[in-house]
Order: sequence, then C-alpha cells, then structure tokens
Amino acid sequence: MIAEGGLAALWIAAAMALVQLVLGGSAAKSGADELMRATRKIAIVQGLLALIAFLMLIWLFVRSDMSVLLVATNSHSAKPLIYKIAGAWGNHEGSMLLWVTVLGVAGAGVAVFERRLDGKTLAATLAAQAVLALGFYAFLLLASNPFLRLDPAAPDGQGLNPLLQDPGLAFHPPTLYFGYVGLSVAFSFAVGALLTGQVGPAFARAMRPWVLIAWFFLTIGITAGSYWAYYELGWGGWWFWDPVENASLMPWLAATALLHSVTVLATRDGLRAWTLMLAVVAFSMSMIGTFLVRSGILVSVHAFAVDPTRGTFILALLAIYIGGALALFGWRVGTVKQGSTFQLVSREGALVLNNLLLSVILGIVFIGTLYPLVAQAMGQQLSIGAPFFNKAAVPVTIALVVATMAGPMLKWRKDKWAALGGKMLLPLAAAITVVVIMMVVMPGTHIVPLLGLAAAAGLAVASMVPLLGRNLRRTPLHIYGMVISHFGVAVCIAGMASDTAFKQERLSAMRVGETVSVGPFKAKLTEVRPIIGDNWSALEATLSVRRNDGAPFRLQPQQRYFSQPVTTTSEAAISTMVDGQLYTVLGASDGQGRYQLRLWWKPFVTFIWLGGFMIALGGLMAMVGRLRRERRVEEDAE
Amino acid sequence: MMVKPKHQRLALGLAALAAILGASGLAMSAFKDQAAFFYAPGDIAGKPLPLNRNVRLGGMVEKGSVKHGADGVSIRFIVTDGKAKVPVAFRGVTPDLFREGSGVVAEGQFQPDGSFVADNILAKHDERYMPPQIEGKMHKTDSLKP
Repeated sequence: MIAEGGLAALWIAAAMALVQLVLGGSAAKSGADELMRATRKIAIVQGLLALIAFLMLIWLFVRSDMSVLLVATNSHSAKPLIYKIAGAWGNHEGSMLLWVTVLGVAGAGVAVFERRLDGKTLAATLAAQAVLALGFYAFLLLASNPFLRLDPAAPDGQGLNPLLQDPGLAFHPPTLYFGYVGLSVAFSFAVGALLTGQVGPAFARAMRPWVLIAWFFLTIGITAGSYWAYYELGWGGWWFWDPVENASLMPWLAATALLHSVTVLATRDGLRAWTLMLAVVAFSMSMIGTFLVRSGILVSVHAFAVDPTRGTFILALLAIYIGGALALFGWRVGTVKQGSTFQLVSREGALVLNNLLLSVILGIVFIGTLYPLVAQAMGQQLSIGAPFFNKAAVPVTIALVVATMAGPMLKWRKDKWAALGGKMLLPLAAAITVVVIMMVVMPGTHIVPLLGLAAAAGLAVASMVPLLGRNLRRTPLHIYGMVISHFGVAVCIAGMASDTAFKQERLSAMRVGETVSVGPFKAKLTEVRPIIGDNWSALEATLSVRRNDGAPFRLQPQQRYFSQPVTTTSEAAISTMVDGQLYTVLGASDGQGRYQLRLWWKPFVTFIWLGGFMIALGGLMAMVGRLRRERRVEEDAE
Repeated sequence: MMVKPKHQRLALGLAALAAILGASGLAMSAFKDQAAFFYAPGDIAGKPLPLNRNVRLGGMVEKGSVKHGADGVSIRFIVTDGKAKVPVAFRGVTPDLFREGSGVVAEGQFQPDGSFVADNILAKHDERYMPPQIEGKMHKTDSLKP
C-alpha cells in the first residue's frame, strides 16, 4: 500500500498546487488578508505532501519492495542500506520526484519564512511557484510515475549502476537539486515582482538569502561532483567540460551574477530590470540543465537511456516556462521604474563588469554545450570539448579575476582611479613576483597555467584588502563571507593552475617486484591479488611507495567487476599529502604477468576542492550575516 | 557629473553588445581550431585527410587487429565501419569495455600516411550506452552485423 499512498500524496499535492495558483492569483489582485493566509497554508501543505511522497519512495527502496517497477529495475536486496536509500534518486523517476519535492518544500519555506516582501508580491510569487510545481507534477504523474507496480513482482532487483555506488555520489544529486530548484524561488520572486511592479531594495533584501542558499548548495554540489569524477572515473582529471558538468555550471554562473547584482539592487537601488532578468535566466539554466541530463540527448558519461517522449515533455515545459517568463518580462518591464544610475569607477561599476563577464562566460559555455546538438539536428556530427572551452573561457575568466580584485576595494557611489591604483599595487606585485619566479624556475611553462598562478596570487592578496584598517572583531560576518569566498576563488584557481603546470604522469606495464618513479616518488609493485567485496570482486594491486627516502606507504588501486549489472570500474588509490596527491590506477593485464599502472603526482591539486568549499562557506556566512544584521535592524526599529 | 539614465542605458547596452560580440568572436575562433568533427573510416576514404586538428574517429575494433606493444602500454588496432579501415595507435590505459568487435570512439589526429594517433579512447561506462554518433553511422552501413 505504500506505493499507492505515495501516488495519492502526489495527486493531492498537484491538486493543492492548483488551489495555490488560484488563491495566490486572486490574493495578488485583491490583496485580501484571508486569501493571503490561505495561500501560505496551502503552499505549506503542498510542500509537505510532496515530501511525504518522496519519503514513501525511500521507504520502498529500503524495504526492497520488488513489486514496484522502479525498485526492481534500480535496486537489489544485497545492496548496502545507504545505496538502497540513494538508489531512490539514482534514477530518472526518483530524481524527478526529488526535484518536485525540493520545489514544493522551497515554496513552503517561502510561505513560512518570508515576512519582508509586500503581501501582493508574495502572493504572486507563491502563485508562480505553484505554476512551476504543476508542470513538474504533470510530468511525474503522466510520464514518469515512480510508484508504478510490477505484476508479478520480480524475484530480485537489477541493481544500481556500480559507478553510482559511492558515498560521495549518494549525496551529490540532492545537493545539486537543492541548488537548481532553490533558484526557482528567485525565479518566482522575479515573476511576482514583474506582476506587481514592486522592485527595489526591500525586494532585493528579501530575495538575497534565497539566492545565497541556492548558490551555496550549487557550489557544494559542483565541487563534490568534480571530486567524485576525479577519483571515481580514474582519468585523473577534475573537470571534463562534459555537457552534464556544464549543465550544472551554467546555473552557477547565472546565480553568481545574480547574487552580485542583487547586492547592487539592495544597496544602491540600481540594476532593477537586469536583476529580474538574471533571476529568470538562472532558473531557466537549471531547467535546461535538467532537460539536458534527463532527456538523454547528450553524449556523456552521465547519459541515461530515457525514452524520447519524456524529453519532449520536459522540452515543452521548458518552452512554456522560459518563454512565458521572458514574455512577461518583455510585457511588464516597462512598469519597473528606472533605478538609480552609477559611476563607472565605483563598487557598482565593478559589479556591473562582473555581471557582464560572467554573462559572457555563460554565453560561451551555453554555445559550446548546445551547438553540437544544433549541428546534429542539421546533419553534421561534431563534438566540442575541453580545448574549445579553455581557449574561449580562460581569457574572460582572467579578466573576471581582475574585476574581482578591484571590486571590493572600490567605494559605493563614486571612487577615484588613483585610490584604486594605490590599493592594487600590492596584489599586482604579488602576481608579477609569481610570474618572474616561474620564468626563472620553470621556463617554458604554458601561458594558461602561468596566468592562472599569477591571477591566484594577485586575488589571494587582493581579497584580504577589505579587511585592512577594519576592527576585525567588529567586522560584519557578511564581509568575512565575501573575503573567504574571493580567497577561495584564488585557492581554487591556484589548484587548477598548479595541477596543469606541475603534474607528472607515468604510464607503464609492470611485473610484480618492479619499481617505477614519478615526481619525488618511487613505487614498487609488491603484489596483485583477487579480492571479494559486498557485491563485487576485484583485482587489487599493492604498491609500496616511498617519497624520496621517507618511510614507505601502501596504495592499493583496484579493477572492480560487478555482476549486477555486469560492469568493470577502476578504483583509483590516492594518497593525499599537504602539497598534493599521488594518484594511482590499475589497468589491464597483458596476460603475460604484466599489469598496466598509471601514476600521477599532482602538486596542490586538492586546492581546487578546498577552494570550492571556501567559496561555498563564504556564501553561507554572507547569508547568515545578512539575516542576523537585518533582524537586529528590525529590532532596533521596534 | 551625473549621468542621465537614458545615456547610461545606452552605454550599458553598447557594453553588453560589445561583450556579446567579444564572446562570439572568442567562441568562433576557438571553434574553428577546436571543434572535433566526427568521422567514420568510410567518410574519409579517398578524400583529403583533415590533418593537424583534433577529430574523433568512430567505428568497430576489427576482430584480431589488436596488437600490444612491447612496452605493455601501447596498442595498435584497426577501426572499421565495413567500408574502409583506419589503423590506430594509442598509448595508455584502454577503457574497461574496449575489446575486439565492439564499438569505439578515438580522439586524436590523422597522420599524413592515413593512420590515426589517438590521445584518448572514449570510455563506455555502460553496456547500454552507445554514442549516438556511432549509432547513426552504423545504421548507414548495412554490411556491419555485430
């Protein structure tokens, strides 16, 4: 009965969304208090029902109820519990249910917590959220029912793709979805504001925490996803410009631009129309990302086989929502009054530059990701990979780093070139020093990592400048948040540049007893033996590694064979040190006692993910700091 | 000096336009060098080879054609689509599902002698997964029965 209960909860939730739309719509028009309160309550009920449906699905997976089609095709009774739970969203239907659940819960969150937005705009926002929810409920109920029964029940399940059986991956999709779908709130806010015409600092302050929290989850999700791909796929790379990675990067770029422009709107009442536009674009990118991943039209390591009607359904939803929002924007933007103007040399000037450059990068990633699809439709087959993105996006990114250095040094309203020049001296000196040192120590370093190292050094110094001359104890939390995020960008870029410039690779076929060296390491292959795991068997190599003349340590890369479904995966063995990682992969045997082994020494590669988490942490601090500060201001006012 | 809103809008519009043009310019130039076109052996038989650029070559690994090098990490094999054959050289760890008689996509460059040097052999992570590019090419060549 659990499956039927979940399905019923979904249908009722969809009905609630319809009620929410009607009530919210009329509340937005009349502004009546009773309607307003009812809309809030319905939104909360709708969110709870979606959550109940999702919990029911998890329960079915935990019980391994093989009379449910989705469980039978994606789970197996012999799986560890955590992967049974994660299996609930490791497939198309379950992940779409998760998507809808987050959408519903985010709407409920707005209904519970949002007190600053004026009543009419809030009602319109909840109505917009209900429209979004309705489309995705329809998609679930009509084209991707997760609770479909299987009659007769299967004796046992088919198992989960072994690549997905990894603790990191169990939590990667939910984190990304919190980010993707969190942006729906910003989208609905923008639609609400377009309908009522109420755009200003108060609106921006209400929207900002929602943008920051979604952005926080997106940042964590992308960072974790990158690390997962790095250690699980065994290719030693941390970003492949894979279309599915790009699908998560595009909303992140738009959200990053949005959280900067919303600050201009909150502080200086500028960029009104632009901020609304970005809010629409950010969630549109989330939906496009979902479409790309879920329609199965992409060649990708993530490509899921999905039937084409679903792709068409999502594409239709996309067209309605994005087209509708853009049409609304075109129709209503005239009613949004012109905000204040600004000087070029000022904080807001730098933030406009930031927005412009982020939009350019977004455009490049967008074209590079979607052009192959367009070309394919026109009968030409081509693929666009890392070289394209690196060549097109790196120069813009360097310019963006320079803007990030200068922005926080500038005063709001108006500043002077001379004042900026003075503050930029130290960061520029740091950047130039790095370039000079590199030219001497490693002449012939490629220009891209060289620029990356210089930009990282400059930004690391520049990001600290806003703290100069401040009383560190009384500095508001959101300033620390900004400093940590910007410093995190520097750390992340340093990691990428360092890995690109300094990594060393060794590929060889080894017999037991032989030794190879890579970087400062000597690795001896001491043993290769078969081992058995929970639901896999493996060939495991044991490497005894010494760094220079240090104490030896062991690394044990594996080739794993899964029987449900039949798959082989490489399990890299990685040793993390303060100054980098040694990454080892076991390849195939040549049948004559030799095994392929691939070793990389990757100096400071860990900085990439360390920086990513710092960026996210800064966002969280900014959100908490802003909320606390506004509460204090409210209390003072009372 | 206060700027008129109208002028500022115009200036911003121009800046945005410049940014879009710049981005398209960058994208176009990168695209010209870097977009990897996809070929099956039959597509280029008897035609001028696309030299000095990254392309993808897709087809089947011919049965009995895989030769391992003495160093244990180089391999040579022949990619065929039933119409023509291209010898491919690769140094590295081949993906888990690389085997004779199954589909493969190699990324790399054609050599003047008509052979192909691969930098990367695309991994198939799922036995159900077939690059759509290959699928399309395969349907065109009826002679190829798996």
